[in-house]
Amino acid sequence: MKEFGYQRALDVSGALALLDADPDARFLGGGTNLVDLMKTGVERPGRLVDVRELPLDRIEPTEDGGLRIGATVTNSDLAAHPDVRRRYPALTQAVLAGASGQLRNMATVGGNLLQRTRCGYFADVTKPCNKRDPGSGCPAIEGEHHNHAILGASDHCVATHPSDLGVALTAFGAVVTYETADGPGELPLTDFYLPVGDTPHLETALPPGALITGVVLPPAPVAANSRYRKVRERASYAFAIGSIAAALDVRDGVVHEVRLAFGAVASRPWRAHAAEAALTGGPADAEAFAAAADAELAAARPLPHNGYKVTLMRNLVVAVLSELAEEAAR
Amino acid sequence: MTTTTTGLRAVPAVGTAHTRVEGRDKVTGAARYAAEIPFTELAHGWLVLSTVTRGRISSVEDAPVLAMPGVLAVLHHGNAPRVDTDYVGMLGMPPDPTIAVFQHDRVPHAGWPVALVVAETSEQAREAAEALVVHYEEEAHDVTFAKEHPDAYSIPGPGGPAVTEKGDLEAELAASPVTVDAVYTTPEEHHNSMEPHAATALWDGGRLEVVDSNQGTIWVAAELASLFSLDPASVHVRSEHVGGGFGSKGVRAHQVAAVMAATVLSRPVRVVMTRRQMFSLAGYRSPTTQRVRLGADAEGRLRALEHSCLSLTSTVHEFIESGAGVARVMYDAPAHHTANRVVRLDVPSPTFMRAPGEAPGSFALESALDELAEKLGIDPIELRTRNEPAVGPVSGLPFSTRNLPACFEEGARRFGWADRDPRPGLRREGRWLIGTGTAAASFFVGAMPSTAAATAEADGTFTVRINAADIGTGARTALTLIAADALEVPTDRVRVRIGDSDFGPAMIAGGSMGTRSWAWAVTAAAGELRERLALSDTIPPEGITVRSDTTAAVGALAQKERHSFGAQFAEVAVDVSTGEVRVRRMLGVFAAGRIINPLTARGQFTGGMIWGISMALHEEAVRDRNTGALYGADLAGYHVASNADVPLVEADWVDDTDPDDPVGIKGIGEIGIVGAAAAIANAVWHATGVRHRDLPIRPDRVITAGPHV
Amino acid sequence: MATAPPSTYSAVTLNINGEKHTLTVDHRTTLLDALRERLDMTGTKKGCDQGQCGACTVLLDKRRAVACLQLAVAAEGREITTIEGVAEGDQLHAVQQAFLDLDGYQCGYCTPGQICSAVAVIEEHAAGWPSAVTDDVRPEAGPPPLTPDEIRERMSGNLCRCGAYVSIVQAVARAAEADAAARADRAEQGTEHEGAAA
Repeated sequence: MKEFGYQRALDVSGALALLDADPDARFLGGGTNLVDLMKTGVERPGRLVDVRELPLDRIEPTEDGGLRIGATVTNSDLAAHPDVRRRYPALTQAVLAGASGQLRNMATVGGNLLQRTRCGYFADVTKPCNKRDPGSGCPAIEGEHHNHAILGASDHCVATHPSDLGVALTAFGAVVTYETADGPGELPLTDFYLPVGDTPHLETALPPGALITGVVLPPAPVAANSRYRKVRERASYAFAIGSIAAALDVRDGVVHEVRLAFGAVASRPWRAHAAEAALTGGPADAEAFAAAADAELAAARPLPHNGYKVTLMRNLVVAVLSELAEEAAR
Repeated sequence: MTTTTTGLRAVPAVGTAHTRVEGRDKVTGAARYAAEIPFTELAHGWLVLSTVTRGRISSVEDAPVLAMPGVLAVLHHGNAPRVDTDYVGMLGMPPDPTIAVFQHDRVPHAGWPVALVVAETSEQAREAAEALVVHYEEEAHDVTFAKEHPDAYSIPGPGGPAVTEKGDLEAELAASPVTVDAVYTTPEEHHNSMEPHAATALWDGGRLEVVDSNQGTIWVAAELASLFSLDPASVHVRSEHVGGGFGSKGVRAHQVAAVMAATVLSRPVRVVMTRRQMFSLAGYRSPTTQRVRLGADAEGRLRALEHSCLSLTSTVHEFIESGAGVARVMYDAPAHHTANRVVRLDVPSPTFMRAPGEAPGSFALESALDELAEKLGIDPIELRTRNEPAVGPVSGLPFSTRNLPACFEEGARRFGWADRDPRPGLRREGRWLIGTGTAAASFFVGAMPSTAAATAEADGTFTVRINAADIGTGARTALTLIAADALEVPTDRVRVRIGDSDFGPAMIAGGSMGTRSWAWAVTAAAGELRERLALSDTIPPEGITVRSDTTAAVGALAQKERHSFGAQFAEVAVDVSTGEVRVRRMLGVFAAGRIINPLTARGQFTGGMIWGISMALHEEAVRDRNTGALYGADLAGYHVASNADVPLVEADWVDDTDPDDPVGIKGIGEIGIVGAAAAIANAVWHATGVRHRDLPIRPDRVITAGPHV
Repeated sequence: MATAPPSTYSAVTLNINGEKHTLTVDHRTTLLDALRERLDMTGTKKGCDQGQCGACTVLLDKRRAVACLQLAVAAEGREITTIEGVAEGDQLHAVQQAFLDLDGYQCGYCTPGQICSAVAVIEEHAAGWPSAVTDDVRPEAGPPPLTPDEIRERMSGNLCRCGAYVSIVQAVARAAEADAAARADRAEQGTEHEGAAA
């Protein structure tokens, strides 16, 4: 880890001024990913601007009945918040499925969205990686990739986004708010992450020097009947190999509204628009759920060793939607 | 002068539960491990590892690094002190050349130590090590461990010959109405003790002082003396608290590098491995490919048994994972063939890891037995009972004790085995398919010569000095109980000191032989001290010390088949739609000699069984064929079982006092893992109807195998 | 920018176990290394240095955190509790006593982190926090009982390679029961006190 400067910001404008859009500087939130990447040499900033104490640590209702979640709210406080647990239970479940109690106490909402892939090639500076070192190649494609992407990847990068929280936020149509020296801006989470293409090192659409100030959850009554299911290679404290955030509103046996997002299958949390469209207005049964999953997964381009993820995601869609349909019927 | 008395204890300490004598220090954070002993003027060394897998170092650009803040030295093959590797170490093996760091320009594997950067602070050392540019002439490498390799060859293992053969295998197989022929694989597995390897070295008045984390200070001291051509008496190694070892904490690159740097700089130098460095410097268990062929008559009696095991080693050191050895103990057949082979690849040297040989070997053999039971329609326990050998299947020697049937009987009763429907794939609870499985376990029992000193102090207490290592086994507490009983005094009057090479030769913590070997020496010294005290009623201020050496007594042990045995039971739940496998309960019943301290012994057994869960479901180091290095070499990439993976795991034991040991001990450190992965895999078959012959049983493998029921 | 490069050292005051320690730290220094290498408080262990094992768990402002990913300079102003500050003098914390009595460890290296984590788990549960294995996370469902499965999940951020999990779970359960009883007592006394005052 190289030497670096450290400054602590106390308000948003101060943070932006301290960062000064300096490409050698980084915002430091909980540090659970950035400090690790600095130790492994993946990140080598010359300066850190600590934003953990910014007054962005509140969860408040919006006027239209949604929720505004501050960027420095810790994962733990987000998961424990009564409004989140009541109105967006899958969001609480997603957060609690991630990392560990210790890390959730440290990690912030803003930092969670900006965390980097856990691809083992990316994290190891002795190996090539187009995301870390553009043009050096992607060894995963011909190497170890049993937990890599099946959707939206490219010949340049097949890494997945590791967030659980982001999957639930994506299902519920969250919007990221940010501030720059030129004023505020916002990005729906579905537009927040850039397509991989031939620039896997460019990950988000945030303008240079921007500070995430929070996430706005629009009102979503459907989210009250929601669930997050995560499959991983040990029972806890592991990244997903496939996960799903789902919400379902069934009226008279017909799907009135459905939300579906997938985790650990793409470079970003994957909103399953095709599956949602296939289901809406149709029957809420296992056959329809499977057909909807197939509609979404038709775009999958598995590698030799991760084709199981297509089956896994299909099975998860059917299982979780079936559970939600049953619970709604009770 | 003080008078003293022994013979006050009516109730023996051995056999009753005692909390650890160092327990309070461990729960308050007061216990200091190797990297935690303060030294003034301490400098920090950081190892630099090769980024290529095979080749030569063409240059080490140390000048810019030497100019960095705080940097004191850069040691590499061009300037490091020379060491001598032409000796046979304490374990009867030549040293792994991996420990002879910085002696030449060859790079035989990824992560080979090429330099040590020493600086005033650990932050400076780390940054300088990362900044050090090393140029290589890279050569093509071969790291691919396939099911067959043309260069594989047989060598004897630590526990026996390379090959054993009796009878006509093909003829007996052909004549067997029921046969099994299956290939099983286990992956590369890493010890990953929670405490990383750490050593601090300094010269103090002409003596080399090393504070280290190891499984035997005398072992490390002797090898350092050999390497640096020093008088063994001038090397002093201490290692009081050890944060786990599991076979990996012997002589490693970090101690040697620390001694070199302390020598060059004339000040204390500490070298600690990072977690990632441990994956290439601390040793590991080789992957195995094992073929088992079984032939049985209609009643299930074995007519043919073949077990062959292929493992790998590095190009610089020969170590074999003797997976086929377990068959030489467990089952007999008129035709009985076992063979251990190894192939040399451009990888780090593997080493002993908890139950070397038996852990992977039992997965293959005990899975194959279960497959045979399925084909025969015979209960798996009954099949094993019918194949209980009277004498060692290969040696023909009698068993010291063999209480395996008693373990199965007690285990089956407690686990509820009698109610089991043998048909697979019948039990469902929600999304989970439920199954149960069993397997047998065995591990070698031995003792090695050791010395101990017992002192009656003038204040009426007793001090026992034994160069034991307590790597979490509870050995220090067990030896306290043993000494107290031998002295016939309460345990609170006995203080046991361990982990100091000045205490003299003793067995290392390894091979499940530590506590048995040390207890023998402690019993001898304490018993003689008690006799001496009976003859004198006063103790001089310096105390009365009696020393023991068990070399003659251990050497006089008759040749027998000496093993611990056990029966493993597991219940699993499998969601074949997501591939998740959860162990719901486990029971192990062991015949493993006299149990000294039930409280800590239970933890040893269940800890081993939990290693079995981890081996069955999680652990796997993935070597990247193109780069030759590991993929995801850290604790997020290499999964060991977390708390949530572990259900109520129970262990118990049957009476099995070893008649040839003064205390009746056999050894319990390793047997808990043996057979545990097979019991789980057999339970997964019972749940789903699918045999998983490749570990770990990952979700993708379960999904790909599909629901066969 | 024409400004001078920023300083890479800072003087900080760390509040550890109720005592203030002032020192100059390299910004690269983690709280873990500051404790172990600068302040000779070695009870907090370094297992992976990457947030992947939990051996370095401490309490920051009464919440558990991994000290290896916490920069020391960024810990200024926070209330830090390490394993050395868990006991009340010679009186072990109920969690420490339970780990000792039930043998909730073997080599002991993960133990300080396990104990700090368990202290926080009991607090988190008492505060009504759900976990990943809580069936119904909605507040209306009430706090989940602290079953063995709940303890296992909540303690999963602390790896134990010796595999002492069975007795760790038993130790946490025993300490949590004692804590719940103490809370109930306090609540009862509080009620009586209020009653007396009324």
